Amino acid sequence: MSYLEYNAKYVPTGPRKILYLNWPLALLLAAVAGVGFLMLYSVAGGSYTPWAEPQMKRFAVGFVLMIMVAMVPAWFWRNMASVAYLGSLMLLLAVEFFGSVGMGAQRWIDLGFIRLQPSELMKVTLVLMLAAYYDWLPSAKKSRPIWVLLPVILILIPTAMVLRQPDLGTSILLMAAGGGLMFLAGVHWAYFAAVIAAGVGLITTVLQSRGTPWQLLQDYQFRRIDTFLDPSSDPLGAGYHITQSKIALGSGGWTGRGFMQGTQSRLNFLPEKHTDFIFTTLAEEFGFVGAFSLLALYALIIVFCVVSALANKDRFSSLLTLGIALNFFLFFAVNMSMVMGLAPVVGVPLPLVSYGGSAMLVLMLAFGLAQSAHVHRPR
Amino acid sequence: MKRPRVDIEASHRLITRRAAILGGVQLAFVGALAARMQFLQVDQADQFRLLAEENRINMRIIPPSRGEVFDRNGVPLARNAPSYRIVVVREDAGDVADVLERLGKVVALDPEEVDRAMAEMKRSAPFLPVTVADEVTWEDLSRVSVNAPALPGVTPEVGLSRVYPFGSDYAHVLGYVGPVSDYDLERLDDPDQLLRIPRFQIGKVGVEAKAEDLLRGKGGAKRVEVNATGRVMRELDRREGTAGSDLQLTIDSKLQSYVQARLSGESASTVVMDCTNGDLLAISSAPTYDPNLFVRGISTRDYASLTENKYRPLASKTVQGIYPPGSTFKMITAMAALEEGLIGPDDTVYCPGHLEVSGRRFHCWKRAGHGSVNLQNSLKQSCDVYYYDLAVKVGIEKISAMANRFGLGIRHDVPMSAVAAGLTPTKDWKLRTHGDDWRVGDTVNASIGQGYMLASPLQLAVMAARLASGNEVKPRLIKSVDGIEQPELGGESLGLNENNLRKMRRAMFDTVNDRRGTAYGSRIIDDTMRMAGKTGTSQVRNITAAERARGVTRNADLPWERRDHALFVNYAPYDNPKYAVAVVVEHGGGGSRAAAPIARDVTLQALAGGDPPLEAYPTKDRERIREQQEKLRAIQPLANITGKDQA
Repeated sequence: MSYLEYNAKYVPTGPRKILYLNWPLALLLAAVAGVGFLMLYSVAGGSYTPWAEPQMKRFAVGFVLMIMVAMVPAWFWRNMASVAYLGSLMLLLAVEFFGSVGMGAQRWIDLGFIRLQPSELMKVTLVLMLAAYYDWLPSAKKSRPIWVLLPVILILIPTAMVLRQPDLGTSILLMAAGGGLMFLAGVHWAYFAAVIAAGVGLITTVLQSRGTPWQLLQDYQFRRIDTFLDPSSDPLGAGYHITQSKIALGSGGWTGRGFMQGTQSRLNFLPEKHTDFIFTTLAEEFGFVGAFSLLALYALIIVFCVVSALANKDRFSSLLTLGIALNFFLFFAVNMSMVMGLAPVVGVPLPLVSYGGSAMLVLMLAFGLAQSAHVHRPR
Repeated sequence: MKRPRVDIEASHRLITRRAAILGGVQLAFVGALAARMQFLQVDQADQFRLLAEENRINMRIIPPSRGEVFDRNGVPLARNAPSYRIVVVREDAGDVADVLERLGKVVALDPEEVDRAMAEMKRSAPFLPVTVADEVTWEDLSRVSVNAPALPGVTPEVGLSRVYPFGSDYAHVLGYVGPVSDYDLERLDDPDQLLRIPRFQIGKVGVEAKAEDLLRGKGGAKRVEVNATGRVMRELDRREGTAGSDLQLTIDSKLQSYVQARLSGESASTVVMDCTNGDLLAISSAPTYDPNLFVRGISTRDYASLTENKYRPLASKTVQGIYPPGSTFKMITAMAALEEGLIGPDDTVYCPGHLEVSGRRFHCWKRAGHGSVNLQNSLKQSCDVYYYDLAVKVGIEKISAMANRFGLGIRHDVPMSAVAAGLTPTKDWKLRTHGDDWRVGDTVNASIGQGYMLASPLQLAVMAARLASGNEVKPRLIKSVDGIEQPELGGESLGLNENNLRKMRRAMFDTVNDRRGTAYGSRIIDDTMRMAGKTGTSQVRNITAAERARGVTRNADLPWERRDHALFVNYAPYDNPKYAVAVVVEHGGGGSRAAAPIARDVTLQALAGGDPPLEAYPTKDRERIREQQEKLRAIQPLANITGKDQA
């Protein structure tokens, strides 16, 4: 798109664009990041090092990055979509060969100044790519099998590569985000119904196959499922994380034990307390009130994104914004489900709160794109 | 290029609709998350708060006191005595090396122990106490207390430590305890939490090890609050454990001490058993060692002197020493033939001094031969040819089967370490282990307890007890557990022909009491205590032709290791059997000369319940026995503690 495609009444230009940013959204992001700083300070035992300070610096960099991305017209990003997508694929490929191994999986490329996690970047570029695709595709064609197959391939290629790393959590998020975008773009609902039906059928078959001669999973994989369904069956083994996590959450009660008073994180009972399980510390120290507040902040971010998207007449812009919101939603929903024992432990951090540079920068980049769409919407 | 307005509107409507659906789903999910939060944090808060407390609160194990061991009359054999040790807490001490140096000036420290403690302190948390001196005296402890201001972080501690009041007399029965080793932990699949306590003492050998489950007891627990580093802040409450069970052994400590004293100077072993119920009254092996040394941690030098001693003081020879039973086995060979009906007790065999079997000549110990002998004469003079002849007729399978019925070749269930099964060979066994066929010559050797036949002193005592009673007597070592009497084992009849048994007993009586019997020199003349028995002299090896040429035919001319083992089995009183005794003197020479006198002294001691009247001995022996009794009284340990109450 460009303004030429619409009957734009008013066009912000130059530094004035900053005034047209979606400021409530930016402030919400800063608020969530602030919660993150507080918790990182707390889990370090009341210290800015080793986590809170670097996280603040990264957020500052990320915030600037967001504004810079927002200043560039959205149609530039649309035109760059396929380049960005291919670039991300290249990086994913590079991880295969040059990636560093962390926590048993190949995920990072060390670029010197930052350790990049291409699968994070892929989440954004995939949404960007699909949004551009459906903007380009005439509406009438979008439910034809051949034009459905193409985005499915676009989704499955990076998903397969991420799965190889292996990173089950991120590959599920990629599929969910891609599928969600196709749904938003208006692909006929029968496709989704078919996929969901097939998925349910497959899961039922796999579970039914247990103990029969044609068993589809290894015994240990079934045991993992058991542990997920009933963590108390293996409280010191695979169920340890989830059991301790639930204890921390539950012991928070209504108002929590107070800032820096959580015994679970203090006494090191919680695993990964500064990354994937940081929510448990928040819940323990600030209780239901604190945890619910964070959930509300997240929900508000989604709401502001959706409002911005629906106010935007441009198909690419609204799809992009909705896709990014969906991505963000999946992020915190999976993490929270995981720490609350609703989903298996798959290793998805809590967006903007968990310690980690790559995820933070990529998220800010994504919100930069959403901001760009917001600033450059046809008026 | 302008986009058609209709298209824009249609597309926007579609996206809005779909976004509404997806947004609804998201909203529902957020609602679910909030509900879950509320469930965990509000509804179940109390339960999870409790679990968090449990995380914060640690359970510490309180070691139980170990069960004590008493003899059949309640004399303590293994007790727990308070022991004092000095511990150092690293973080309180500051400069540990400096504090230890100052401590070294106050009390004598073992440099080895100090090095070990320093290494342990580096590994463990700074607030954990580490022992630097164990088993210190009360005086040393007071000196440390007095100098406490100059010794930061150094504290005296009181614990319980195992003490064996009779020292070496029970080394082979009780064994000893020692700190749990990594090796002990590895052997157990699911070790008791107690074993994780540093330096927790468990039984290493003997009854201490075999009855470990009974003696150890159950650990108690206390709940302590710990902070982030695991440091104990305060004790919240405690639950005492259950102390280990007290054991009462069947051993009579007076008799055991006497036997141990009587065996001193020999490499020998003696078992005294109650023929009626299998109670082991004494089970002694010499030389012996002091188990108290092991409790404290034996020095490498002391340990080496025990392991390198050729008389093997660490081995409990009564159960783990296996010897060719020699002529003491003849009763079995005869019983096998008698029970098969191949020969009557009064049937005779002619002994010309040797027997030809498949081209080989087997000699009787008496080259001149014994002439015509029946069971009675052959046993009392220990004629070999009679038994060669029987054995060839009856065959090895029947002999070994009979030996098994008398408790040979069977691992008896007594709670001591390394109880040996001995060996009663069969044709199958030889083919399996030697890959060779059984030969008639092997049977001939086995008939007089030579060749492959092997038995432990315990088995020989069981054999004597079964001959005396005709019942399947089984040895029993633990009389009661926590005052609850343990069952006596196996009193059923062996089902042997009573006439045969009577003849056999008569022959054993004559062996001791007939002027021509091999053990006549060790008879008892008191009619109420007369004993029946059998001597045995088992060859360790044959005297070679070369040695014979040099003129070595006498046992005493050989080096100790090559001399014959001396054996004796007996029971008494003959007409109302009470005690069965087996004595083995390693490389002691002839059974009648080396083993029978010990057996007589021990038997009399058991029957008299103390030093027997000299009148029980033949007149010419009395003066010598009186001197011996005095000498032995002097070396027996004073039973300084005589009752549980004083313990």
